[in-house]
Amino acid sequence: MAEITIDKACCKGCNICLSVCPKKIFVKSKKRNNYGTSMPDVKEPEKCVICRMCERLCPDGAINVEGERAK
Amino acid sequence: MNKLYEKYIKTESLPTLFCPGCGNGIIQYAAIGAFEKLDSSGEIPSSDIACVSGIGCSSWIPCYFKLDVMHTMHGRALAFAEGLKLSRPEKKIVVFTGDGDCLAIGGNHLLHAAARNIDLTVVMVNNYIYGMTGGQKSPTTPKEAVTKTSPFGCIDEPIDGCRLVTSLGASYVARWTTAHPAQLEKAIAEGISHRGFSFIEVLSQCPVQAGKSVYGEKDPSKIMEGYKKNTYLFRGGEAKPDKDGRIPIGLLHRDDEAEEYLDKVEKKLKSQGLR
Repeated sequence: MAEITIDKACCKGCNICLSVCPKKIFVKSKKRNNYGTSMPDVKEPEKCVICRMCERLCPDGAINVEGERAK
Repeated sequence: MNKLYEKYIKTESLPTLFCPGCGNGIIQYAAIGAFEKLDSSGEIPSSDIACVSGIGCSSWIPCYFKLDVMHTMHGRALAFAEGLKLSRPEKKIVVFTGDGDCLAIGGNHLLHAAARNIDLTVVMVNNYIYGMTGGQKSPTTPKEAVTKTSPFGCIDEPIDGCRLVTSLGASYVARWTTAHPAQLEKAIAEGISHRGFSFIEVLSQCPVQAGKSVYGEKDPSKIMEGYKKNTYLFRGGEAKPDKDGRIPIGLLHRDDEAEEYLDKVEKKLKSQGLR
């Protein structure tokens, strides 16, 4: 299973990850990042297919996905 | 924090100065992904890569790399990079530049670097606007776009950087967008390993300054969806927008036979008996 972490020191709350995830794992939350905007929350990480699009498209490198893609 | 960032980015200077949703961060990740790809395959170690940039938002991209970086004058990034390449030919040089930096003030340097076919990799970040100075019209701003300096709609024809350098003799020309990060990473890696002038144009987004007036959307993810819709994959022919106004993306031109500038210099020195 993938382990997804979001760094609150790097996240700026642009919400790109919400739209690029094919399984819609990221959801809006009331948590605040250090920038002062709302940051996403991880819901149901067991659904993750490890396509790593959120890692590639996060402009601030805040998202880290650990785990191997199933073949 | 991302594991690749810990390896290639100066983490003490994070967060980056880019606005939320800026495309420069995506290009930064694609670039370090390309360095990692070349480093792990043993083709080009990352210590052999040097980065040069000019002035502009996009020119801040390499300033966060744990590599040799030169942050130079406005528009003169290519002139500095050519000098660096001639004095240190073993280095692979990547130039990060914006559309204003590369096509407006640095246009003349771009023409001559492309005509010389010198071994550089230029990543031109095209966000259709001067973002750092507050949203003025740039050479690539599309017609009828409303900006701070064209409040009634822009009347100039936009400059197509890829067609310009192809006509002058650049030997690797590609165009991708921030919505295609994996392909962009591959293109940067190919451009670095290609011997000759490699020009990679990246269509990026500036949601803060250009948002509604140029792309018609303010949300960065919607701008990127728009890029997916308004582009088509180039498969030969002439690299021009098609009849629906969609922009060609992909590998636009590649010529592995073209003679590189340093080879020409060596040949001339040999013919004069100096080597």
